[in-house]
Amino acid sequence: MYMKKNIFNLVASALLFSGAMVSCTKQLDVLPLNDITSEQVYKTPSGYKQAFAKLYGSFATTGNQGPNGNGDIQGLDEGTADFLRLYWKAQELSTDEAVVAWGDPGIQDFHNMNWSASNPMLTGLYYRSFYQITLCNDFIRQASAENLAARGITGADADAIKKYTFEARFLRAYQYSILMDLFGAVPFATEKDALGSFMPKQASRVDVFNYVETELKAIENELPAAKANEYGRADRGAAQALLARIYLNAGVYSTAQRYADALVYSKKVIDAGYSLISNYRQLMLADNHTNTNEFILTINYDGLKTQNWGGTTFLTHAPVGGDMIAADYGVDGGWGGIRTTKNLPAMFPDVNGTADKRAQFFSQGQSLDINDLTNFKDGYAVSKFRNRKKDNTVGSSLTWVDIDFPIFRLAEQYLIYAEAAARSGSASDKTNAVTYINNLRQRAYGNATGNISAAALTPEFVLDERARELYWEGHRRTDLIRFNRFTDGSYLWPWKGGVKGGTGVAAFRNVYPLPSADVSSNPNLKQNAGY
Amino acid sequence: MLCVKNTQKFSIHSHQSNSMLVNIKHLISRFVLMALFLFSVSSAAFSQNKTITGKIMDSNDGSPLVGATVTAKGTGKAVVTDASGRYSIELPSSLTQLTISYAGFTTMEVSITGNSVDVRLVSTSATLSDVVVIGYGTTRKKDLTGSVATIGTKDFVKGALTSPEQLIIGKVAGVQITSNSGAPGSGSRIRIRGGASLNASNDPLIVIDGMPLDNGGISGQANALALINPNDIETFTILKDASATAIYGSRASNGVIMITTKKGAKGKPTVNFSSLFSVGKIVEKVDVLTSSEVRNIVNQYGNAAFRSVVSDFHIQNGVEGTDWQDQIYQSALSTDNNISVRGSIKNLPYRLSLGNLNQDGILKTGNLNRTTIGLNLNPTLFKNHLKIDFNLKTSLSKSTFANEGAIGAAVSFDPTKPVYSGNSEYGGFWEWLDPSSSTGLKALSPKNPLGILLQRDDQSDVVRHIANLVVDYKFHFLPELRAVVNAGADIAEGKGHTIVPESAASTYLRFKDPSGKFHGGVNNEYRQERQNTYLNAYLNYTKDIDAIKTKIDATAGYEFQDYLTTNYNFSDKTFDNTIVSSPNFAFDKPQYRLASMLGRVNLNILNKILLTGSVRQDGSSKFNVDNRFGIFPSAAAAWKLNEESFLKNSKTITDLKLRIGYGVTGQQDGIGYYDYISYYNLSTATAQYQFGNTFYQMYRPGGYYFNRKWEQTATSNIALDFGLFNGRVSGTVELYKKETKDLLNEINQPAATNFSNKIVANVGSMENKGVEVTLNLQPIKKRDLVWDLSFNATFNQNTITKLTISDDPNYAGARFGGISGGTGNTIMIHSVGYNRGAFFTYKQVYDKAGKPIDNLFADLNRDGVINERDLYQYKGIDPRMFFGMSTNITSGKWNAGLVARSNIGNYMYNNVASSTGTIRNILNPIGYVNNGSREVLRSGFSGSGANYFLSDYFVQNASFLRVDNVNVGYNVGKVFNNKANLRISGNVQNVLVITKYNGLDPEMNGGIDNNFYPRPRTWVLGLNLDF
Repeated sequence: MYMKKNIFNLVASALLFSGAMVSCTKQLDVLPLNDITSEQVYKTPSGYKQAFAKLYGSFATTGNQGPNGNGDIQGLDEGTADFLRLYWKAQELSTDEAVVAWGDPGIQDFHNMNWSASNPMLTGLYYRSFYQITLCNDFIRQASAENLAARGITGADADAIKKYTFEARFLRAYQYSILMDLFGAVPFATEKDALGSFMPKQASRVDVFNYVETELKAIENELPAAKANEYGRADRGAAQALLARIYLNAGVYSTAQRYADALVYSKKVIDAGYSLISNYRQLMLADNHTNTNEFILTINYDGLKTQNWGGTTFLTHAPVGGDMIAADYGVDGGWGGIRTTKNLPAMFPDVNGTADKRAQFFSQGQSLDINDLTNFKDGYAVSKFRNRKKDNTVGSSLTWVDIDFPIFRLAEQYLIYAEAAARSGSASDKTNAVTYINNLRQRAYGNATGNISAAALTPEFVLDERARELYWEGHRRTDLIRFNRFTDGSYLWPWKGGVKGGTGVAAFRNVYPLPSADVSSNPNLKQNAGY
Repeated sequence: MLCVKNTQKFSIHSHQSNSMLVNIKHLISRFVLMALFLFSVSSAAFSQNKTITGKIMDSNDGSPLVGATVTAKGTGKAVVTDASGRYSIELPSSLTQLTISYAGFTTMEVSITGNSVDVRLVSTSATLSDVVVIGYGTTRKKDLTGSVATIGTKDFVKGALTSPEQLIIGKVAGVQITSNSGAPGSGSRIRIRGGASLNASNDPLIVIDGMPLDNGGISGQANALALINPNDIETFTILKDASATAIYGSRASNGVIMITTKKGAKGKPTVNFSSLFSVGKIVEKVDVLTSSEVRNIVNQYGNAAFRSVVSDFHIQNGVEGTDWQDQIYQSALSTDNNISVRGSIKNLPYRLSLGNLNQDGILKTGNLNRTTIGLNLNPTLFKNHLKIDFNLKTSLSKSTFANEGAIGAAVSFDPTKPVYSGNSEYGGFWEWLDPSSSTGLKALSPKNPLGILLQRDDQSDVVRHIANLVVDYKFHFLPELRAVVNAGADIAEGKGHTIVPESAASTYLRFKDPSGKFHGGVNNEYRQERQNTYLNAYLNYTKDIDAIKTKIDATAGYEFQDYLTTNYNFSDKTFDNTIVSSPNFAFDKPQYRLASMLGRVNLNILNKILLTGSVRQDGSSKFNVDNRFGIFPSAAAAWKLNEESFLKNSKTITDLKLRIGYGVTGQQDGIGYYDYISYYNLSTATAQYQFGNTFYQMYRPGGYYFNRKWEQTATSNIALDFGLFNGRVSGTVELYKKETKDLLNEINQPAATNFSNKIVANVGSMENKGVEVTLNLQPIKKRDLVWDLSFNATFNQNTITKLTISDDPNYAGARFGGISGGTGNTIMIHSVGYNRGAFFTYKQVYDKAGKPIDNLFADLNRDGVINERDLYQYKGIDPRMFFGMSTNITSGKWNAGLVARSNIGNYMYNNVASSTGTIRNILNPIGYVNNGSREVLRSGFSGSGANYFLSDYFVQNASFLRVDNVNVGYNVGKVFNNKANLRISGNVQNVLVITKYNGLDPEMNGGIDNNFYPRPRTWVLGLNLDF
C-alpha cells in the first residue's frame, strides 16, 4: 500500500515538474495591454493618420503626454525639449536679438558663444531633428505600396496614405535643412536604412544640401497646391518656401551661390495666392490660425489639446517679467527670462512702435543696457507674442497658449526675393523687390511714410529689414552668418562672446559642434573642426 | 515491515549528519531509543549492576550544569547533577547508553564506556543558530562555503522600528542600509557590497520564507517592506558573494536578503505581549536667517519695491517673525502593540500574531496605522516524512501623507510674514497677493508652508497578503530523497485619494473650463493592485558515502514567477469634480515572468573539505526569444583547518576555515518589461495635434533595444573565518572583487537609429573591490556579567571601466542627479575611470581670506572660456569605508546596549545651501522675498550666473559617526502570581551624529540634500510580557 502511494506521489511530482516547465517556458511571451504593435497601428487608415499626426506633432509637443510626462527626447528637462524652444535658442540667443536670465545648463553658452560639444540644448535639438527624421523614415516604410497591399488598404485610403508620404518627405527635408544649417556635416539615413541594422554614415554639408534640394523638387508637384491642404499640413507652397530659403543661403552650405533659384522659388510662393494680413501686431496672437493668407506652414498649439512648456508657451511667458503684468499677455505669470539687446530696438525709428508698429518692446523699468545677463530687467522685453485674441479676449488656457507658430510666412519670401534681387537680380527683379519691401513697410507704418526707394535696396538694408520684420522668429543666426557678421568682430552686440561690449569669436563657431553624445555612439562621425 | 526497514536504513545514514533539519534528528533519536528500549527490556533479566559517575558541562565554556537530568533509558532511573555538575548513577551492567537532558540544551544520548562519562551539552540556541537558511535549503553554519551572514532576534536593533530592514542596520559588514527619510513607514536603500549596476536596480533580492518578493512598492506605500511586521521576523540571512547568491541567478548581483519568520512550536501555548510607546522630536532644523537678518539683506541689496515688501514687519508676542519650521513640525507619538501565541493544537504547531503600529510623523498631519496578522502552521505528518510549512502575513495599512513640499517651503518662506492673514481668503493663510492676476495670488510665488500642509488630505489604504505553502516530502522508499514544493502569492492592493479644498492657494482656480469658468482644488484618487505568484519545486538528495567518507547533498529544481501589476488611471479633477484631464485608458497591466531551472551539489569530504557547485538557468519575459535565457554558474570550496590534526586539539584556535568562491550572477530589475520591440503609445488628450479643425491623438513608436540581455556580474571571494578561545573571539575577513559587464546602462543612441535617443543597453563595465572585516568579542563572560561586542568594517572601491561604444574624448560621461536651481541642472556623472556617482562640478575660486569669489571658477582646460568643458569629477556619493559597532552588556536582570555606525569618505551636494543661500533667492526677481540658508551670510553669493549651481563649494564632506540606538532593559521577573514574566526597556533612537557636514543630516540617499524629511530623535518605552 505504501508502495502504491509512493509511486503515485513520485509520478505526480514528476508530472508537476515537467508540466510546469513546458507550460511556463511558453508563458515568457508577455505583451503589453495598452501599447500596441506596428501591425495593429497600421491595420487601418485611421491608424496611419494617427501615426502621421505624430510626424507633425513632434514639432509641437515634447512627448505623448501633455504638457509633460512621457517625453520623446531624453537627457534634458522635458519642458525645454520641444523643437521650437530649442531651435529658437540656437538661432536667437546666440545673436543680438535675444538674451536670457536663466541658468539652465548650457543656456548662457549661446549668447556667450562658448558652447561645447556636450551642450545639452544643442544635443537635444540635434536629437529632436533626427527624431522627426526617424519617424518620417519609419512612416514612409510603413506606408510603402507593398505594406499597404499586405494590410489590405486600397483605393482612396491608399491614395491618401501615399500623399502622407510626400509630406513625410517634406518634413524630413526640412529637418535635414535645419541640421545642415546648424551642424554642417551630419549622419544621414533615409527610409532605406532599416532600424537596428546599420550605423549611419556622415554626409557632407553639400551632400545634405543636394539631398534636400532633390527631395523638395521631387515632391514639389506631388504635394497639394498652395493653400489646398488641411491647416497645419505642408503643401506645395511650403516646399517652395523651403527651397527659396536654402537657395538664399546656398553660399554658406556649398561654394555656389544660388540667388537666381532663390528668386525663382520665392516668386513661386509669392504668386501662389498668399497676402499679408493687415495688422502686423496680430501675427502672433491666440487666434492667429486665422492668418492663413500669410502663413504658409505653422506649428499648431492649443492651450487645452496641444500642451507643452516650449513653443509659443515659452515665447509668451518667458519674455514677461519685471513690471510687466502677465494678464496683459493672456498668461497666468511671467517666467522672467528672455529680452533683447539694444541692437534690435536701435534698428527701429523709435522703440515704442509709434512709427514702425513692428517695434514691440516693453521698456518700463527695463534698462536698455545689459549689465547682467541673468537680470531680467537688463535689456528691453519683447511683447510680440500675446495669448490674447484679436478681440482681446484671452486664449483657452492661461498656462498653455494657443498661438500657432509660422515656420514659413509670406513676409519672409518677400525678403528672400528682395535680398536675392539686391545681390544679383535684374532691374525688374529689383523693382519687384522694392514693391515687396514696401508692402511690408506700409503694413508696419500704416502708410507710405516708411517706403524705400530703389536706391535704398541693398543686401545690408534687407538684413536689417529681416530683423525688423522677422525678429524672434528663428532666423537671425542664419542671417548673420550669411552676412559674415555672426562670429566676426566687425559686427558686435552686448555680451557677444561673453564680453560686455561684445567681441568676435573664432569662425569655427559658424557651425555648432556635433553632440559628443552621438560622436561617442557612432564611430563614423568626425567632429566639426575647432571643437 | 517495509516501513521499519526503511526507517532503519534511514537512521543509519542520518545519525552522522543530516543536520539540515532538527526535527529529523528528533525522529532518529526517537527511533534509536525505541530500538534500545526493546533491546534493554529483553536483556534486563540477565543484568548485573554498575555505577557510572561523571560531570555534565556547557559545551561552550565547560562550566558545570547544575540540576541536569541523567537518565538510564529503559529503566526509568534518573538522577540530577549536583552544584559542581557531577552525578552518580547505578545501572544494570548490560545498559550501554545514557540520556542527558537540561533545559535550554539539546538532549544527548551517550554510550557508556568505562565507569566515568563526562558530557558537554550544546545549548539549543547554539544548535538553532547553527542551521542557516540558504537558497533552496538549509545548511550547517560550519559547512558554509559562501559569504553568508545571519542575524537572529537576539542581535536585532531594538526600539520602535517600522520596517524590517531597520532591524539589521549597522550589523553586517558589506551591508549598507540608509533610511530614506524620517517619514513614518519610509523605506531604506539597501546596498550589499556597493551594488553592481548603473541604471538597473542596485537593490538586493528579498526572499521571505523562501519566496522572492518584487522590490517595487505599491500606490499608497512606497516601501513594500514596511508592510511586514518586524516583530514576526526570526532571522535575516544575507547572501553576499556569488557562490551563495548564484542559485538566485538573474536577480542576485546585488546580493540576497532572506527573511525567515517565527514559526510554531510544539508544547503548551505561550503568549508574548509587547508594547512600545515612543515620542519623536525633531533634532535639528535647517539653519535659516532670522526675520531681522532677512530685513537687513533686503535693506542692503533691495530697491524700494523690495523694501516695501517687508515693511509690514511682523512682530508677534514680542517675538520677531515666524519660524516656519516650528510651524510645520510636531512631537510625534507612536504606539506599537504586538501579541503572539505559539503552541500546538494536537500535532499542529502554530504561531499566531497580531500587531498594531500607530505612528505619527514629526511633519504635522502625517500618520501610519498598520495592523498586521501573522499565521504560521508547521505540522509534520507520516512520521516526519511530510512536513508542511504554511505562512500567512497580512497587513492593513492606513497612511495619511503629509505634504512634504512644506519642508522646503518652511525653509524659504519669508519669516517676516504672519501665519494667518486675518481674513478668510485662501483658507485664512497669509499668501503673496497680486490683485492684477486672475487668482489674486502672485504668480510663481511660494505658498504658505502651513497652508499647503493643512489644506491637503492625502490618505491611502493598503492591504497586502503574503502567503506560501511549503510541502517537504521525504520519500518513504528512498528517504535520502526529498521533494519540496513551495507555492505562494503576494497580493496587494493600494488605493487612496488626494483632496485639496478650493480655497487652497496652491491650486486656486487652477483650471479654466471650456465655458470660461474657473475651478480650484483637487479631488483625485489612485489605485494599484499587485498580484505576484510563485511556484518552486525541487528535489534534494542527501547521502553519506562511507567508502569515501563523503557526504553528498544535491538539489535540482524548477521555479516560475509571475509579476502582474494593475495600475488604474483616474482623471485629474478639481475639488468640485470638474475634469481637468482624463487618461486614455482606465487601467494598464504591466507584467513580467521568470522561469528558471536550478541545481546545486554540495560535497563534504572527510568533514574537512567542502565543495559547492551551483548552476541556474533563468528565462525572463523582458528579453527577446534569443536572449531570454541566461546561465549563472558558481563554484566554491572551503577547508576546515581546525579539523586538521595540527589544530584539532588547539585550545586557542577553535575554529578556522578558509573559503574561496567564484560565481556569475545577473541583473534584470529596473528595466522596461517589453523593450525588445517598439510599441506604439497613444498620446493623451492634452497632447494631440491639429490638422484643419480636427485634433488627432498621435501614435508614437517607442524606443526599443532588441538585443538587450542580462547584465552579468562575476564575483570572486576569498575569506577566512576564525574562532578563538571557544568562540570568545570570532570573526571573518573577506576580500571580494565584483566585475560587472554588459552593464544595463542608459547610453546615447546613434542618431537616426532608434525612436529614443537614449536607451538602456548592454554597454559598459564596472568593478567593485573590497574588504570586509567582522569581529565578535566577548570580553567578559561571567555568570552575572556578560559583555558582547561586535564590530564590522567595510572598504569598497568602485570604478567604472567602460561606458560607450565608441571613444570620444569630448564625452565626459552620463550626467544625472537633478538638482533644484536652474532648469535641468544635474550635479553627478558616471565617467570612465571614476567611481560611480562622482560629482561633476566647476572648481570654485577663493580669495586670500578663503572666501569663495562669486561666479569665479577655474578654467581647467585653459581655453579662455568657462563652459561644460571645465567641469570636473569631484569626490562621490558613496563612502570609501563604513563601520558598524554594537555592544551589549547583561548583568543580572539588567542589560544595556548601543549600536553605532560610521561612514567615511562620502560627499553630499548641499542643495539647500545652493538654492536658498543667495541674494537672488532672498530678493526673488519676480518680486517677493524669501528666507534662505544662513550660508548666504558666509558666502555672500549673488546666485546669478549660469554656473553657480555647479560649484564644488556645495559638495561637502558628509562623513559621519552616528549612534543609532542606546537601550536599557530590566527583567522584572515573575508577575501576576508567577504567571507571567515581565521585561521593561527604554531606548533612544538617533542619539547622536558627529559630522563636519553643515546641512541638516549627512546621511541621505542619492547624495543631494534637498528638502530632506528630518529623522526624528525618538525616545521609546517598552514592556514585554511572556505567559
